[in-house]
Amino acid sequence: MYVAVKGGEKAIASAHKLLAEERRGDTQVPELTVEQIKGQISLAVDRVMTEGSVYDRDLAALAIKQASGDLVEAIFLLRAYRNTLPRLATSEPIDTGAMTVRRRISSTYKDLPGGQLLGPTFDYTHRLLDFDLGDGENVPAPADTAPADDESPVPRVADVLNGEGLIERETIAEGDPDGTDVTREPMTFPAGRDVRLQNLARGDEGFLLALGYSTQRGYGRNHPFAGEIRMGDVAVEIMPEELGFAVEIGEISLTECEMVNQFTGTEAAPPQFTRGYGIAFGGSERKAMAMALVDRALRAAELGEDADAPAQDEEFVLYHSDNVEAQGFVQHLKLPHYVDFQSELELVRKLRAAHAGAQTAAAE
Amino acid sequence: MTGLQSTRSRRGYNFAYLDEHTKRMIRRSILKAVAVPGYQVPFASREMPLPFGWGTGGIQVTASVIGPDDILKVIDQGSDDTTNAVSIRAFFAKTTNVTTTEKTTEATVIQTRHRIPETPLQPGQIIVYQVPIPEPLRWLEPREAETRKMHALEEYGTMHVRLYEDIAKYGRISTSYDYPVIVNGRYLMRPSPIPKFDNPKMNNNPALQLFGAGREKRIYAVPPYTDVKSLDFEDHPFEIQQWDEDCALCGAEDTFLDEIVTDDRGGRMYVCSDSDYCGERCAARTAPASEAAE
Amino acid sequence: MSRREQGPLLRVSSLTKNYGSIAGCRNISLDIWPGEVLGIVGESGSGKTTLLNCISARLEPTMGSVEFMTRTDGMVDLYKMSEASRRFLMRTDWGFVHQSPRDGLRMGVSAGGNIGERLMAVGDRHYGDIRKSACDWLEKVEFDLGRIDHMPTTFSGGMQQRLQIARNLVNGPRLIFMDEPTGGLDVSVQARLLDLLRALVSELKLSVVIVTHDLAVARLLAHRLMVMRRGEVVETGLTDQVLDDPQHPYSQLLVSSVLQP
Repeated sequence: MYVAVKGGEKAIASAHKLLAEERRGDTQVPELTVEQIKGQISLAVDRVMTEGSVYDRDLAALAIKQASGDLVEAIFLLRAYRNTLPRLATSEPIDTGAMTVRRRISSTYKDLPGGQLLGPTFDYTHRLLDFDLGDGENVPAPADTAPADDESPVPRVADVLNGEGLIERETIAEGDPDGTDVTREPMTFPAGRDVRLQNLARGDEGFLLALGYSTQRGYGRNHPFAGEIRMGDVAVEIMPEELGFAVEIGEISLTECEMVNQFTGTEAAPPQFTRGYGIAFGGSERKAMAMALVDRALRAAELGEDADAPAQDEEFVLYHSDNVEAQGFVQHLKLPHYVDFQSELELVRKLRAAHAGAQTAAAE
Repeated sequence: MTGLQSTRSRRGYNFAYLDEHTKRMIRRSILKAVAVPGYQVPFASREMPLPFGWGTGGIQVTASVIGPDDILKVIDQGSDDTTNAVSIRAFFAKTTNVTTTEKTTEATVIQTRHRIPETPLQPGQIIVYQVPIPEPLRWLEPREAETRKMHALEEYGTMHVRLYEDIAKYGRISTSYDYPVIVNGRYLMRPSPIPKFDNPKMNNNPALQLFGAGREKRIYAVPPYTDVKSLDFEDHPFEIQQWDEDCALCGAEDTFLDEIVTDDRGGRMYVCSDSDYCGERCAARTAPASEAAE
Repeated sequence: MSRREQGPLLRVSSLTKNYGSIAGCRNISLDIWPGEVLGIVGESGSGKTTLLNCISARLEPTMGSVEFMTRTDGMVDLYKMSEASRRFLMRTDWGFVHQSPRDGLRMGVSAGGNIGERLMAVGDRHYGDIRKSACDWLEKVEFDLGRIDHMPTTFSGGMQQRLQIARNLVNGPRLIFMDEPTGGLDVSVQARLLDLLRALVSELKLSVVIVTHDLAVARLLAHRLMVMRRGEVVETGLTDQVLDDPQHPYSQLLVSSVLQP
C-alpha cells in the first residue's frame, strides 16, 4: 500500500546539520576566524558589503564564513539582516572630493592637481601563481609610497572639466529632496536617476560587468573615458535635528568612478562631455567602473540618443540586476511543481491521444 | 555600526519578523488591493530571511495579517508536509508562536503555494497565495509601463488572442495552470500557478483571498463573495481537468490528483494532492466500523 | 447629402515637427475627405514619413493640430484626446499598414489570430465567429484558407503584406494610413498588391493616406497628390494633373527622373 511521503521536517533538520559539517570541513585544520576573513579576504568583504547594502566589515565577514564563501549567499544573509535594522538617521551626502585617497587615477590627463596615485591594485601585476604565498608566513616588505602631503587638495577630474564648462553640470533638484529609498519604496517606471543609481550600487557585479562590457562592444556605445577612479576613506556625517550642525560618526572606505563620455549636443544643449557615475564600498573597483558605464547607458533616452541596446533598457537592467532576487527565483525551480506538472501531463496525454487519433483516421 | 554580539541571538525580532511600520505599510497595500479587486498594488517588498521566489510575498502578507490568536496552516502543492511548507510553517512558529494546524477547517490563515484546499473555505478565513509572476500580460508585453497602461485602459484583447491560438493549434485551450481570470468584471488577474481545476473555487468564495508577490513587489486581492471568471470563448467554455481514476487512498472522485510513479515499468497510481482532505477521508472511513460503506 | 457637405474626415492645420534644430516637416495643412486617397510623395528625407506619423497620432507635432471627425463627438484634436480614446480610435476607426510587415503583424501569432485580434480587442468572444471573419478576410486578400493557422514567418513578403492589410480592415475602419506598403516587394508582387488595394479601397469607400516614393504607386492609388521636399509641400493637386503637368521645378524633376509609364 502506498503511503504519501512524509518527514519533510526531519529531512530539513538533517540537511542543516550536514551543511554545518561541510562548512567546518576538516576539524584537524584550525577554524577560520571572522578576523582573518575581514583582514585577508577583504575584497570579498567589500563586495558583500556593497551588494548587501550594509557597511559593516564584521557582519560581512561573518556572512562569508556562514555561507562557506558563497558570496551571493553571503549578500543575501546580510540583506535579510539589514531589513531588521532600525533607521536612526539619514547621513549627509558624503564629499568624495574630501576623500583621503589611497588610489587615484585618471586616464584623461597625464598629470593633474593631486597627481596620479596607483595605490594597492592588481593592475600591472603579472598573473602568475605565487607559490611562495601558499607556504604560509608571509610578511610583505613595506611599500615605498610618496610622502603624504595632507595640504595639497585632490580635486575631482569632473570638477576640473566643470570649471571650463566642458562637462554637463550635476544640478541639485529644487529643494534638494532626499532620493527615493529603493529598499522602502517599490520601483516605478520611468525611474529617476536616484533610483537607478541605488539599484545599480546594489546590483550584481557580474551582471553589471557584462552589461558595461556590452556597451563597449557596440551594444549602445557611449565613448567612455575613465575620467577618474579614486579609492580611499570618506567621513560620514549626520545632522541631528536638535543640534543643527553636522557631526561625524565615522569613516567608510569607498571606490568612486566617474566616466566622461563624448556627447555631440542637441538643439538645447551645446556639445559637452556627459557623465556616468559608479560607487562601491571598499575596493570594489571593477564594480564601480561597470556601474558607471551602465549608468551612462541608461541615460541614453534622457540625452536624446537611440536607446535600443540591452544596457540602455531601463526596465531590463533594473529588474534583473539584483542577485538576491535573481538567485531566489532561479533556484525556486527546485521547489516542488507536482501540481503544475500534473496539469501539463494531463494536457500532453490528451493532445497525444488526439494526435494519434488523427493519424489513424488519416491512415484509414 | 552594529557589532557581532547582537546578531548572535534570535531574540530581538518583532512578532512575525517584520517591524510594525513595515506591517502597516503592507496592510495599507492590502486594504487598497481589497478595495480594487484584482488590481496589483505595488508595495515595498522587504528582503526576508527566505529567498525571493520561495514565498516571500505570501510570507510578508501573512506576517502582516497574522495575530497571536490565529491558527496557521501552510501548504505547498496541496500538502502540509512538502519541504517548503514545513520551512515556512517553522518560520512562523518560531517568530509568532501561533498555533499551527494541518486541518483546513481549523485554520484562520492558510498560506498556499499552487493549490486551493478541497475543503470549502469558510467566512472569516484568509487564504494567502504565494505568487511568482503577478502580471497576467507579462508574456504578451514585457514592459511594466505598458502593461499598467493596458490594465488602466482595460485592453485585454491580446489575452484572448493567446486563447484563440491555443484552440486553433490544439483544438482546446491548453493553459492548464495559472489560468487567467477577470475579477469583479474589471481586472485581469493571474491566480498564481494553481491548476485551473481550482479556478472555480475562487469564484464567490466566502474567504478573503490575498496574493503576495515578494520579488515582483505586488499585492492583490479577491474580497469575499467576489465574481471571478476564467477567460474563455462563448463556444469554447472554460473547463477543468478530469481524471479517469479515483484517489487510490480515499476514493475521492472529484479532487485534484497527484500521479505517483510506483516503478520504472509504467506503474503509477493517483492520490489526492490535498493531503489533509485525503487523510480526513481515510480516517473517517477506517475509524467507525459501523459507518464503513464497503 | 454629398460627402463635401459632411466635412473632412481628417484636418491637419499648420503642422510642424522639429527634431532638435532640424525641421522634420514645416507648416503643413491638409484635409482628407471621406473616400479620398491622398498620396504623399517625395524622396527619402523629404519629411513624408514624419508627416504621416504626426497625423496618425504616433508622433506628437511641435506645433499645429490634427483633428479627426469622430463618430460620436464631431471634430476632435488627436493630441488633446485622452490616451484611452486615442488608442481606442487606433484599433477601431483607423488602420496603419507599415512598410515592413514585421512592424504591423504579430510574428508569433497565426494568420487567423492576427486578423482576429482587433475583433477580440473590441470584445468579440465567439471563437467560431472570429474564425469565420478571419476566413472571409483571408479570401478577400486572396489567401489560401489552408494557411489560416500558419505563422507569418512562413509567408512570402507579398502574403505578409496582404495579411497586414486584412488585419487592419477586419473591423471596418474609416481611415487607413500606409507607409510605402509595396516598398520591399518584387515588381510583379507589387502589381498584384496594388490591384488588390485599389479594389478594396473603392469597395469599402476607405479614406487613405499613402506615403510613397514610387510615383507609379501614387498614380495607381491616389486621387490627390502632395509633393514634399525638405519638410515642405511644394505642390499639391489631382494626381493626373501633378504627374502629367507638374508646375514646381522639383515636381518636374521628380516626374521626369522616375516616371516612365
